[in-house]
Amino acid sequence: MVNLISHTPRPDPMLPRPFRVARAIRETADVVTLELEAQAGQPLHFMPGQFTMLYVFGVGEVPISISGDASKPERLVHTIRSVGLATEALCKLRKGDVVGVRGPFGSCWPMEQAKGSDVVVVAGGIGLPPLRPVIYHILHHRKDYGRVYLLYGARTPSDLLFGEELKRWQHTLSHAPGASPVLVTVDRAEGSWDGAVGMVTSLIPHLRLDPAHTTAMMVGPEVMMRFTIAELRKQGIPEANLYLSMERNMKCAVGLCGHCQLGPQFVCKDGPVFAFTQIRDWMTQKEV
Amino acid sequence: MSRANLEHYLAEHPFFRGLHPKDIEWLAGLAQPLAFEVGDYLYREGDASRDFYVIQEGLIRLEVHTPGRGYLTIQTLGPGEVLGWSVMMPETRKTFDARIFQTTRLLAFDAVAVRKRSEEDHHLGYELCKRFSRVIGERLQATRLRLLDLYGQPH
Repeated sequence: MVNLISHTPRPDPMLPRPFRVARAIRETADVVTLELEAQAGQPLHFMPGQFTMLYVFGVGEVPISISGDASKPERLVHTIRSVGLATEALCKLRKGDVVGVRGPFGSCWPMEQAKGSDVVVVAGGIGLPPLRPVIYHILHHRKDYGRVYLLYGARTPSDLLFGEELKRWQHTLSHAPGASPVLVTVDRAEGSWDGAVGMVTSLIPHLRLDPAHTTAMMVGPEVMMRFTIAELRKQGIPEANLYLSMERNMKCAVGLCGHCQLGPQFVCKDGPVFAFTQIRDWMTQKEV
Repeated sequence: MSRANLEHYLAEHPFFRGLHPKDIEWLAGLAQPLAFEVGDYLYREGDASRDFYVIQEGLIRLEVHTPGRGYLTIQTLGPGEVLGWSVMMPETRKTFDARIFQTTRLLAFDAVAVRKRSEEDHHLGYELCKRFSRVIGERLQATRLRLLDLYGQPH
């Protein structure tokens, strides 16, 4: 079993540290990226796939995946969708505002284990931000990986995140001239959209991979991930090479409260990144 | 593509893989290679279903025109995909426009000939029906998933 648990030392996990908003970027109508800087002390070092608990004083605390570059910890980056009270408050923050940060928490993507193999990154909707650190890592160590594909599905063209970076990655992730490593599709399109329309799973048969030596990492709604796994398996990618990030009701982030329990695992402590084989039998259990 | 290469291509294609070599040979003889430029229409809504197609290269959009909203894209289909499953049913008509979105090469298979051969050779007909059923099932599954609006706001 691959060990995905980070050994990065961390401060008191229950004590929020104050971070100031250095930049707030409106990505879409309901998604904002916040770049945070520690008000005092060391920057927050993290591994791709980990998350923090962001605390909006007087409103609440929520788990948010880190969407920035792990090699640039001085800017702690999160991309947040407004779906509830705390995330709505986070999306309204402006430069200079202060939030509390606990973490980083949880497991990380298997970047070491994936070395030497082809890599497929599959993101659905707001699932792209937790995978962006994977792309940054690969770009910094491009020669360590084979063919790399990013498959990204969104609701509509106006919901697509990181548009300029997607264009850049089309060239910088490429393994060969003329290759198209970034494949984007939307569920619904009108007007000037010039890309694919359909489920993200429909992109998988078009990939040129060495299935036995391919590692897949995915984030999105669980239903999407189940169908993605089925399609990747159909292409011959071994179960043992599939990794996914789970979302559950994380509260304490240190495996104490039990809100995020998934069978024998705590998503906050043992995840959020899991090898598929770790949680395969629990993903279809409706009671958990 | 030479005849031998075409037979090899069909024998390796997921839709045809496993068919009897004599059927592959027959289908290779039936296949018409066609090329289209961006903006061309492969067919229009209301056209008779005369062929089914295997896309070798390019991208095709299935569109429907809606008054006040213009052309809406139902789905895009790319290399390796099969288009035109309704050919197994006689006298059907196309329900969407198929517009070429990237320069496209494809193979067209005459529907009347396929149906006639399937009536004469039920084994081949059954094999093709199974394969078209898989295409229909995959399209239905993809449509259902999109109906779930998985990336929408949680309620």
